Amino acid sequence: MKTIDLSIATVRDLNQALHDQQHTVEDREWLVTHSNGKHNLAVGVNQDVCIDIQGHAGYYCAGMNQKASITVHGNAGVGCAENMMSGYVRIKGSASQAAGATAHGGLLVIEGDAGARCGISMKGIDIVVGGSIGHMSCFMGQAGRLVVCGDAGDALGDSLYETHIYVKGNVASLGSDCIEKEMRAEHLEELQVLLNRAGFEHKAAEFKRYGSARQLYNFKVDNASAY
Amino acid sequence: MCGIVGLYLKNPQLESQLGKLFEPMLQAMTDRGPDSAGFAIYGDEVADGWVKLTLQATTGNFDWASLMAELEGRLGCSLDWFQNASAAVLKIHAAEAPVRLALAELAPGLRIMSAGQSIEILKGMGLPEEISQRFGLAGMKGSHIIGHTRMATESAVTMEGSHPFSTGADLCLVHNGSLSNHFRLRQELKREGIQFETDNDTEVAAGYLTWRLQQGDSLKEALDHALEDLDGFFTFAIGTRNGFAVIRDPIACKPAILAETDDYVAMASEYQALSSLPGIENARIWEPAPATLYIWERESA
Repeated sequence: MKTIDLSIATVRDLNQALHDQQHTVEDREWLVTHSNGKHNLAVGVNQDVCIDIQGHAGYYCAGMNQKASITVHGNAGVGCAENMMSGYVRIKGSASQAAGATAHGGLLVIEGDAGARCGISMKGIDIVVGGSIGHMSCFMGQAGRLVVCGDAGDALGDSLYETHIYVKGNVASLGSDCIEKEMRAEHLEELQVLLNRAGFEHKAAEFKRYGSARQLYNFKVDNASAY
Repeated sequence: MCGIVGLYLKNPQLESQLGKLFEPMLQAMTDRGPDSAGFAIYGDEVADGWVKLTLQATTGNFDWASLMAELEGRLGCSLDWFQNASAAVLKIHAAEAPVRLALAELAPGLRIMSAGQSIEILKGMGLPEEISQRFGLAGMKGSHIIGHTRMATESAVTMEGSHPFSTGADLCLVHNGSLSNHFRLRQELKREGIQFETDNDTEVAAGYLTWRLQQGDSLKEALDHALEDLDGFFTFAIGTRNGFAVIRDPIACKPAILAETDDYVAMASEYQALSSLPGIENARIWEPAPATLYIWERESA
């Protein structure tokens, strides 16, 4: 177990030490202490390592993650796991806005609430939120799944492409071109798998599914010649 | 960018440590605002019939003693004052308007940063660390305080463009964000008799609140109107005589985090600014919702 104490070491020290393992992994278990809300913790990791952050994280924690499994024992600031490619990020507390933004893959689990714009422009990541999410979440979501065990704020799934959205609680309002859709067997199955992987004891049948109505300009074949 | 911070003490026993608790909060926001910094501290109230003003000199060796002697002679009422770096705090047994009039005649270059019974506003150009050392923030006592670190976007880096901005007796405003309709709004407010000293967008928000409060709005009503009339991004922290308030624009563009324990309520742009507070590890921490007013006030002054 490698321990990095951020009351002594800098964030640059931490990230450089993680990047130094790009070709050969020497330490598979990492413990980060005294995080105190510092920004850019464990960003750009590209190895199958386990990182435990003991405390709150600031902005862009676990950004661009590939392969690593990163747990924050506290809250995370803006843009946690933004542009994640693969791997697993778990926030034990709540996350601020733009959690999992633009991310292509991997699993992001937020045990508490997520702020506004959760999963904005998500491109394949799976996000499971134990609590509620803020407004404008999943705006322009292109692929992946967003699961919300609590409520969703205003304008959920505005200008959505192919992301599947599942919400157990209330949705304050749906964004443009986002509609409630039928929950078929394959949806119940993929949702239950995600809930199980996140470790949440909810039943898939208690959720509603939302998706794109595919009625906006970019979905109309007549407009194809404009590009 | 800019950073804003606020600390409101629920436990009066901590009042002697207000400055000491707040200084690291302000300095933690240096990365968000290295151009200028300032704070509004509340405490050391003057009695009814008295008014307290924070005055800022534009020259380094301003002769405060002579000015105070002249002022006392002119108004014929008792006063007390002390100098703090380039500023002075004046407590005077008179109404605010005649004091302002006399000061404008006796020292036209002097700027009045704040007026009220409790508030003192101190601000200037430089890093938060320089500003807090210049004014001796760590040794200050009080019941609550709000502060700002500025990264200038909408107007020049000057002492006048620094926050907090006074919005009336014992009221002030700090702002993270930018307003897009401040030019037009300034023209409208000028017609209503509100005066402006800078091209700063936040001064327009402050002037707007001053105007709404003059129209008889409560603070809540004034802020509800602000949500309709101000176009742009904002997280505001507002200091009042008895407490402080926080409000974000309807799409919550600019960050804000709140923390509450039995001892205090604290607000900051980022968690980093809260991490030095005692008991923060067990505090209730949350993000304020968009277009929602949060207010903490003591019942009486």
